[in-house]
Amino acid sequence: MNMEYVKELLVLLIGSSLVSNVVLSQFLGLCPFLGVSRKTNTAAGMGVAVIFVITLASAVAGVIYEFVLVRFHVEYLKTIVFILVIAALVQFVEMFLRKSMPSLYEALGVYLPLITTNCAVLGVAITNVQKEYGILTGIVNGFATAAGFCVAIVILAGIREKLEYNDIPAPFKGMPTVLLTAGLMAIAFCGFSGLL
Amino acid sequence: MNKAGERLYNGLVKENPTFVLMLGMCPTLAVTTSAVNGLGMGLTTMVVLALSNMIISLLRNIIPDRVRIPAFIVIIASFVTVVQLLLEAYLPSLNQALGVYIPLIVVNCIILGRAESYAYSNPVIPSLFDGIGMGLGFTFALTCIGLVRELLGAGQFFGLDILPDSAEPIRIFGQAPGAFFVLAGLVALQNYIKESRKKAGKEYEKIGSGCTHDCMNCKDSEGCSKRFYDENAGGKAEGKAKQAKAQGNAAAGNAAAGNAKTGNAAAGSVKTGNAASGNVKAGSTEEGR
Repeated sequence: MNMEYVKELLVLLIGSSLVSNVVLSQFLGLCPFLGVSRKTNTAAGMGVAVIFVITLASAVAGVIYEFVLVRFHVEYLKTIVFILVIAALVQFVEMFLRKSMPSLYEALGVYLPLITTNCAVLGVAITNVQKEYGILTGIVNGFATAAGFCVAIVILAGIREKLEYNDIPAPFKGMPTVLLTAGLMAIAFCGFSGLL
Repeated sequence: MNKAGERLYNGLVKENPTFVLMLGMCPTLAVTTSAVNGLGMGLTTMVVLALSNMIISLLRNIIPDRVRIPAFIVIIASFVTVVQLLLEAYLPSLNQALGVYIPLIVVNCIILGRAESYAYSNPVIPSLFDGIGMGLGFTFALTCIGLVRELLGAGQFFGLDILPDSAEPIRIFGQAPGAFFVLAGLVALQNYIKESRKKAGKEYEKIGSGCTHDCMNCKDSEGCSKRFYDENAGGKAEGKAKQAKAQGNAAAGNAAAGNAKTGNAAAGSVKTGNAASGNVKAGSTEEGR
């Protein structure tokens, strides 16, 4: 592996996790971002589960795309194949964890089913293909994207805990405040574009 | 054909997927940087929604209950692929602008939700028009949000400069943070309307929606569809049904009364149920018409 490639991967790592953050600038995975961000520890659990699933899913999707879809010239089936693969993968991971790693299942189990419908998973798999990343680059991109999700959801949960008992005008209670917070976080994350 | 008109009205106004149900928020925020993009995304979604509703309704007696969700997903994904190929061929600029959000129509809560709650248990023609109505409602909402963001963020109206040069547009509304701010304003407005209608003694409760609800307590493993308005929920909804029973009885009276008046009041009480209690009534009012 030459230095050029490692540098490229590092840039991708920062770019996908911070600069074009998956929720704050691409709006993928908003449901869990808004829904599971009430407490810092549940948010962290969700974040770790998302890292796990997206990294695995981008690896599996990359392999299937490279060795099945491209091989048989049916690239146009990618949307159908990816969504089915991801749904099956999540089910399979859940079963596997329950049987062989109960402690990890305890920690992540509840979040796994919720991730199936997380559009970030499918979004990453399709982005990897559209940008013509290889399998390894795709995995790094998946990991970085999910890490960005994890960072964003933990920060949002921290802010929400602080905001819990504040005096907010009635119509803005609940979701609008969370959205405004997310908007301010998005502005803050814009600052990371200076990094690259 | 009266039924078809009613479905169109339902999708556009009464149960507008964006303004009332608050579903499918990811594309709503992501592609509404301009009115044209919003319009394009809305129409694309509408085509997929109408066609998948139609096919699912045609196949509703063939698809086994246990594997219906995967079956829905395959049907929806097929139509998304078809539409994407058509866009690539005939509207490459729109395809470029919408990018990854076109394939992501597959995971849009609205489509799976309508398949599960309407098309799977209703005949073909109403299902088709339900899809078109919901799609038009979505298109309308996306175009409106796009108009606001384009006007504030770039001072343009469908790409035409309409603000005088002295007025500086607020760039942030055209970028990612602006989407969150516009949506926050929208939800706050909805809350305000809800509150004031509650004070005036009218029933106005939105259906529990996918994306603004607490996913943690949802216990849902099969997708957003279950989280709102589920007409043929089986055992899963039973717990909720018991909870909602007390409200349900009261609401049932309202629904009957509402039927005599206008659709609006009835819709309000149907929505309060949120789960099974609402569904029973939804079914009966459906037949009543």
